[in-house]
Amino acid sequence: MSRLRTFLWQVRRELWEHRVVALAPAAVGAFAAAVHFLSALTISDAERQGALTDPAKADSFMQLYGAASMSVVITGLVAGALFCLEALQGERRDRSILFWKSLPVSDLTTVLAKIAVPVAVLPAVTLAVVVLQGMVMVPLQSLAWLMRGYDPAELWARLDLPFMWLAIAYALPFMALWYAPIYAWFLLVSGWAKRMTILWAAAPFVAFLIVEHTALHRWMHWALEKRLAGGILEPFTRGGKGQVWLDGPAALEPLRLYTLPGLWLGVALAALFLFAAVRLRRSRSPI
Amino acid sequence: MAVIDARGLRKSYGSTVALDGLDLTVGEGRIVGLLGPNGAGKSTALQAILGLIPHEGELKVLGRDPWSEREALMREVCFIADVAVLPRWMRVSQALAYMQGVHPGFDRTKAEAFLANTRVGLDAKIRSLSKGMVTQLHLALAMAVDARLLVLDEPTLGLDLLYRKTFYDSLIEDYVDHSRTILVSTHDVYEIQHILTDVVFLDAGRVVLAGTMEEIEARFAEVLVAPEKLDAARALGPKHERPLFGRTALVFDGVDHKRLAELGEVRTPGLHDLFLAVIGHQPKEAAA
Repeated sequence: MSRLRTFLWQVRRELWEHRVVALAPAAVGAFAAAVHFLSALTISDAERQGALTDPAKADSFMQLYGAASMSVVITGLVAGALFCLEALQGERRDRSILFWKSLPVSDLTTVLAKIAVPVAVLPAVTLAVVVLQGMVMVPLQSLAWLMRGYDPAELWARLDLPFMWLAIAYALPFMALWYAPIYAWFLLVSGWAKRMTILWAAAPFVAFLIVEHTALHRWMHWALEKRLAGGILEPFTRGGKGQVWLDGPAALEPLRLYTLPGLWLGVALAALFLFAAVRLRRSRSPI
Repeated sequence: MAVIDARGLRKSYGSTVALDGLDLTVGEGRIVGLLGPNGAGKSTALQAILGLIPHEGELKVLGRDPWSEREALMREVCFIADVAVLPRWMRVSQALAYMQGVHPGFDRTKAEAFLANTRVGLDAKIRSLSKGMVTQLHLALAMAVDARLLVLDEPTLGLDLLYRKTFYDSLIEDYVDHSRTILVSTHDVYEIQHILTDVVFLDAGRVVLAGTMEEIEARFAEVLVAPEKLDAARALGPKHERPLFGRTALVFDGVDHKRLAELGEVRTPGLHDLFLAVIGHQPKEAAA
């Protein structure tokens, strides 16, 4: 019980320090909504008519909502990665590690609270922002249409926000776990590197890629591409094949998605990195 | 049970030996000054006691192994490090709330009462506080914890005279009772000698002198010797000498006080002179 309480306080203090991590998805979401409103104000009659009548463009209004919410999702992913690159280095740089270690908080609790930011807090923030963003974008677009004398009911008939939210809610936990090995690796490197964490984090892979491109196989290239793109393509395209975007609740396959061997292999790797980060922090001192 | 019990503590960084078989016992309720020149191993010893670094040798703090049980140990140990280590981005009110959240022994009202006597505002960011105020805040946080052992590592380094004085005054007034143990390291011995019950002199990673203030006073004596008696005094093997107003102040170790009284005015040496006598003497002995 008190462990949980300490953990939650530890997460809270991460968010106090890195408020920008939680604010970034909100800021990008607001920006995307504003851009969307401006484009609704300036859409040409022909474009609007085309989108309303051409069956091939039936999705075009919904796609704008999809793009706006994806900007929030991607921002959340990037913010999580940047957070991890900093997380175990900042406390050494400003010497505050000596304060944190003077308290009855274990290295395990500290590291788990840090990884919880990209893996638990940011997905929750992302979902909240996406829902809020949709709830702001629909009235704004309707207002733009009314100002230009169009009937917003024609727009509403073509929007299906609840499905989009459902799809994102279905994908977010997957993405968190899928990218967990990357977050955990960044966290480990941030606990180890004195400076230029991003270089140390990327260097082994870049070196591998360069050497690999002189050889016949391309498995690191393949593995990285699969890992980076997979977080989006697996949950958001039909059957994870990367060809057709999800188009209705029937296309959701939680059983397939959450039993992918690549997912749990990544989680195991993440656990390994986290274990190493905990061990490492025990002997870390200010830099 | 001793609060701190160290036997043959060793720690080296590469080829540099920081602790070279340190033996140290600190009993409950003692206020121990850990003194020594730069590089004597004071900080390393404290780091080992706080579970911040691994080490060789035996070490128990409050009956626990600090390296493997830091989390549990820190419920009963408080620690203020040599320079400002409080996170600069934090607000004072956040620091109080956080401490209350994670530390079962933290009493927020106590900390607030202490801060009310300072210029530290609860809404202020730590970044905006002066160095002296940050130290006051840290002291307030530490004193509000019901700890059995308080470890201070050069707590007043870089503070001006006024803050240094109030730091130790507050410590004495609000914190010291007979069950709390304090271990304080410093190289500025003047400012703490009046609060100590025990001293431990470190040099080159070893204890060169340790004892209660009473033991030290009984053992060491400083004599002010006029020039004509100087040769006689030197024959008794002083550990240290320095000129003082036309006479010479000599520090003796274990020489009968009555015999010294024949040479001049006998008094208790200050820790500072003792420091020079004990530490300053070591290299000579080693060379001989």
